[in-house]
Amino acid sequence: MTLIAEAEAETRTAPPRRSRRPLGDAGVYLAALVVAVALLWAVAPNLFTSADPLAVQPALRFRPPSADHWFGTDQLGRDLYTRVVYGARASLTGAGVAVALAVLVGAILGTVAGWFGGVTDSVIGRAIDVVLSIPGFLFAITIVVLLGFGVLQAAVAVGLTSSATFARLIRSEVLKARSSNYVEAAITSGASTFAILRRHVLPNSFTATLALITVQFGIAIIWIASLSFLGLGAQPPQPEWGLLVSDGRNYIASRGWLTLWPGLTVVAVVLATNHLSHHLGRRRTP
Amino acid sequence: MTLLTVDDLTVGYRGPNGLTPVVHQVSFEVEPGQVLALVGESGSGKTTTGHAVLGLLPANGQVIGGRIRFRDQELTELSAKGRRDLRGRAVSLIPQDPGVSLDPVRPVGAQVEDVLLLHTDLDRAARRERVHELFEQVGFTDVERRYRQYPHELSGGMRQRVLIAAAIAADPELIIADEPTSGLDATVQKQVLDLIDELRARSGTAVVLVTHDLGVAADRSDLIGVMQGGRLVEAGPTARVIGTPEHPYTRKLVESVPSRIDRRPAGRPSGDTVIEVRDLTKVFGRHTAVDHTSFEVRRGETFSIVGESGSGKSTTARILTGLTRATSGRVTVLGADVTALSRRGFRPLRRDVQIVHQNPYSSFDPRFDVFDVVEEPLRAFAPARWPWKRRAAHEDRVLAALEAAALPADFAERHPRELSGGQRQRVAIARALVLEPTVVVLDEPISALDVSVAAQILALLRRLQEDRGLTYVFISHDLAVVRAISDRVAVMSNGRIVEQGPVQDVFSNPQHEYTVQLLDAIAGRDLLVGAR
Repeated sequence: MTLIAEAEAETRTAPPRRSRRPLGDAGVYLAALVVAVALLWAVAPNLFTSADPLAVQPALRFRPPSADHWFGTDQLGRDLYTRVVYGARASLTGAGVAVALAVLVGAILGTVAGWFGGVTDSVIGRAIDVVLSIPGFLFAITIVVLLGFGVLQAAVAVGLTSSATFARLIRSEVLKARSSNYVEAAITSGASTFAILRRHVLPNSFTATLALITVQFGIAIIWIASLSFLGLGAQPPQPEWGLLVSDGRNYIASRGWLTLWPGLTVVAVVLATNHLSHHLGRRRTP
Repeated sequence: MTLLTVDDLTVGYRGPNGLTPVVHQVSFEVEPGQVLALVGESGSGKTTTGHAVLGLLPANGQVIGGRIRFRDQELTELSAKGRRDLRGRAVSLIPQDPGVSLDPVRPVGAQVEDVLLLHTDLDRAARRERVHELFEQVGFTDVERRYRQYPHELSGGMRQRVLIAAAIAADPELIIADEPTSGLDATVQKQVLDLIDELRARSGTAVVLVTHDLGVAADRSDLIGVMQGGRLVEAGPTARVIGTPEHPYTRKLVESVPSRIDRRPAGRPSGDTVIEVRDLTKVFGRHTAVDHTSFEVRRGETFSIVGESGSGKSTTARILTGLTRATSGRVTVLGADVTALSRRGFRPLRRDVQIVHQNPYSSFDPRFDVFDVVEEPLRAFAPARWPWKRRAAHEDRVLAALEAAALPADFAERHPRELSGGQRQRVAIARALVLEPTVVVLDEPISALDVSVAAQILALLRRLQEDRGLTYVFISHDLAVVRAISDRVAVMSNGRIVEQGPVQDVFSNPQHEYTVQLLDAIAGRDLLVGAR
């Protein structure tokens, strides 16, 4: 009886109110700030530095970080800070293109699979499984090799690879919405399939997708930088974060700043996007 | 000696704004062997009162003032240990929801045995013997097998019997039954209530029956306490309270009971056939949900399909509205054979056939406000427009539909989550009416609502039918409601229509044994009809 009574009492207590964590909120603001600065670098790099990222000054080779050269200079005397700021454009555009492509392909495949079900779902579902079973980075390298080298090609490769993750998520969200009473009510209201997808199913899948978008954005930055590091993405002398790390690698023992600063930038931006994503995901689940 | 005395009881819940009282100065007495029914609508404080007596208030609940006396003990002054000793042995609870009140991973017999372990000195074998006895008392036949079964293997009614067995295991003097039958079918409800009655007659246990159903209270209690907004507004012997209610709220409740609502005049003229169903069958896997049913619905009438859960009535409604396709048979709606139609082919028909769901809130897109919800059918049949033009173009018709459902125009800007259950159902009705359809399928439209709200919705539905000449297909498990609203009725059981005909004939002269059973199970029938 006490067992029953306790179970009963438990179902009646109000859900605990989420405690406000000032530190957690501060973390979110900091993460948002980091991402905002990185985005501004990409959009308007000349606001942050007046130097030219490609200007070679042999006299200033290998200067360690100082007031004039915040991140130091590289083997050709180019200002590293300027190159990191300008590198944001290639890295972030690449990541943006990759995620946009992934969302687009994933939304189409996921919606079609989730909504129509049956054979369509089985075919798309198995294809997703196959893609997910291949190590993602290996798959991306394969695609880059097929497409040729460059930031855009790297972005397309990363985008296609991660579209499987989006397709799977959106498929499950569409399935959930499809069996919901409000979609049924829309059907009985006379709405066409297309209208139901556009008005009910996709908007209601968006919150979940947004959390994944932020995670994937961070992953895309790492992958594109990694492809560039391997020489498959951005080509010299274009500034790009992965390529900067790769360039600095030859001098890693004596001039560590050449790898340290671009590397830290990538880490900061990726951690920030992950933190934002975690925050969005937490807000979504009540 | 009075068994239970509740005196000036005030109970509150601690919230963000401090302690809010939800039960105000409630006083009543229960003598041994008596049944006191606490009646009220949701939020009236009846459950909180029952739980305060047991000392089972949630962690944020607190008795603020007053006394609860059980025999010669002050329950409000008792320690936690003293209460524990009393609970189960002297006072026990039959909880509201049998679905969540049993431990899913232990056999039900062991859970009943727990009570004996706590409150008796019986040894293992004797305890088991006693559980078998209790199971026999609550009407189980194969008691040894039942003992070993898990909750998921039992139906809702059977689980409720297990909980009753646990409640009576230690021969308590007082049972608090908190909505013991609210989720159960009418015939099962009758069995469970009969069982409680029988136990009371046998052992002289007093019962506090917390219920929202005045019919159940009228049938089963000696005393009735009517609660509203946390106050006991009227209390007295059952026959007196039902027969000559004094408080206006009690009068309203009594008048809201469906069997009290005026029945519609018999033999209203009916028009041509709008829905014709022939030999309809729907099979899900190996389960036949609808089995060769045939009926027809005529223009302007209310045709009710009544049955218990799993009888196939909702599946029939879904086939009529094109949400599910029939396995075989023919369904003709307004001259179109819908069994042959694809979802796209059904669309033109939706102008004329609309549905109101049981649970309105879940049938609204969580992102939509009331305007969007009601507008949706209009959008489906209007040419595509820019959003700013569209809203203006549809505004008049949306507001007219809201007005028809007796909702003020400013509700259009609100979100369904801000509305009460009755208001939400009115929004759903407005959505169904906005296209001015011919046929409206009502799938249990009032079963989730409080009685007085349900009565208002029924009145609204009737008025709309008279004004607009609507044809209703009314799906319900509640015979009292069906009698109040329908012209003709079909009784469904296990996918078959066992009986159909004009509502007077079916109710006054039922032919099928199952119909008789259903009619018998209507709570509060005799007293309420007799009191008219």
